[in-house]
Amino acid sequence: MLSSERFIERLKEEGFSFFTGVPCSLLSGLISCLENRPDYLPAVREDAAVGLCAGAFMAGRLPVLLMQNSGLGYSLNAFTSLNLIYKIPVLVIMSWRGHLGKDAPEHIIMGDINENLLKTSGMEYAVLGDDNAEEVLARALRVIGQGLPFTLLVKKGQFDERH
Amino acid sequence: MKGTEAFRELVPMLGDRPVVHANGYICRESFQVLDREANFYMIGSMGLASSIGLGVALGRQDKQVVVFDGDGNVLMAMGTLAMIAAAAPKNFVHVVFDNQVYESTGSQRSLSGEIPLEEVARSVGYRHTERVTKKEELGPAFKRMLAEQGPSFLLVKVEPGFNPKTGRVTHSPEEITARFMRALQ
Ligand SMILES: Cc1ncc(C[n+]2csc(CCOP(=O)(O)OP(=O)(O)O)c2C)c(N)n1
Ligand SMILES: [Mg+2]
Repeated sequence: MLSSERFIERLKEEGFSFFTGVPCSLLSGLISCLENRPDYLPAVREDAAVGLCAGAFMAGRLPVLLMQNSGLGYSLNAFTSLNLIYKIPVLVIMSWRGHLGKDAPEHIIMGDINENLLKTSGMEYAVLGDDNAEEVLARALRVIGQGLPFTLLVKKGQFDERH
Repeated sequence: MKGTEAFRELVPMLGDRPVVHANGYICRESFQVLDREANFYMIGSMGLASSIGLGVALGRQDKQVVVFDGDGNVLMAMGTLAMIAAAAPKNFVHVVFDNQVYESTGSQRSLSGEIPLEEVARSVGYRHTERVTKKEELGPAFKRMLAEQGPSFLLVKVEPGFNPKTGRVTHSPEEITARFMRALQ
């Protein structure tokens, strides 16, 4: 397990300075570290959060977008018709509900296809683990440096939860 | 008033303010009237001009940020109005060209004939909202918007009547980003 607080600290050390998203219980620890900060704005939908992050990036901020993988369905058009063609990067922290088919029914299909959706739309991603956080973060920063979005997939139990 | 007439009225008043455009004819009309580096032409992602504009406004509080939006775009992203009102950036000016149709896809009826969008904006918490229907009212109303503390919302009722010969935005999306970021520096 990774510490939510420490992870947010690391993101800030790397220059991330704008946070938004729609909650997922798997990300509740991360969001509770952000909720009362002025650089966090709750988003109403994931696609609106993609737009918000794009604007913040062009205004000089480095954005982080937290979402459940269900939000990938809502935001795929924004990633493909905004970020990928305009070269606007964002770090996406995406919970992986339905991993290995063990979850509530509404998560099973997306949990099965989210990796393929990311791959087929040309979005780079990595699965976060206990031992690869630094390596994955370095890779994310390289991709973001090229002007592209990068997704960190987060499985259940990866971060401490607070709910 | 026609959409083009409204653009011709507003564009000279923009100064060097960054403007985020909704997709469809709004990009193309504005591009045709005057192509500015500080124009972000969002050609896809219907509904997201407002959230992009909010991000710019929050990231650059020293700049007054204008969004040129459409009724169909606003209706698609009404939740974003709540984000704008909650974040309450003083430097945010939302202009909606309301022709009551999805003109870019062949003028199919939208819901804005029944739904007064400026009242939605007011009740959600925009600080300053106005509706304009006459051309001679537009300039003064926009001037007030630029002078007031935002977030502000100006609903401009326009007649459909886009000239389909109007060209497309010729810059590539990547160029649009680079130009816009240069203009923001
Ligand atoms: C997600 C999505 N759905 C549909 C479209 C097709 N589309 C492009 S522009 C447009 C109409 C936009 O309406 P409005 O904001 O009122 O602008 P107008 O065309 O009237 O100027 C539509 C439906 C799209 N680009 N994206
Ligand atoms: Mg319209």
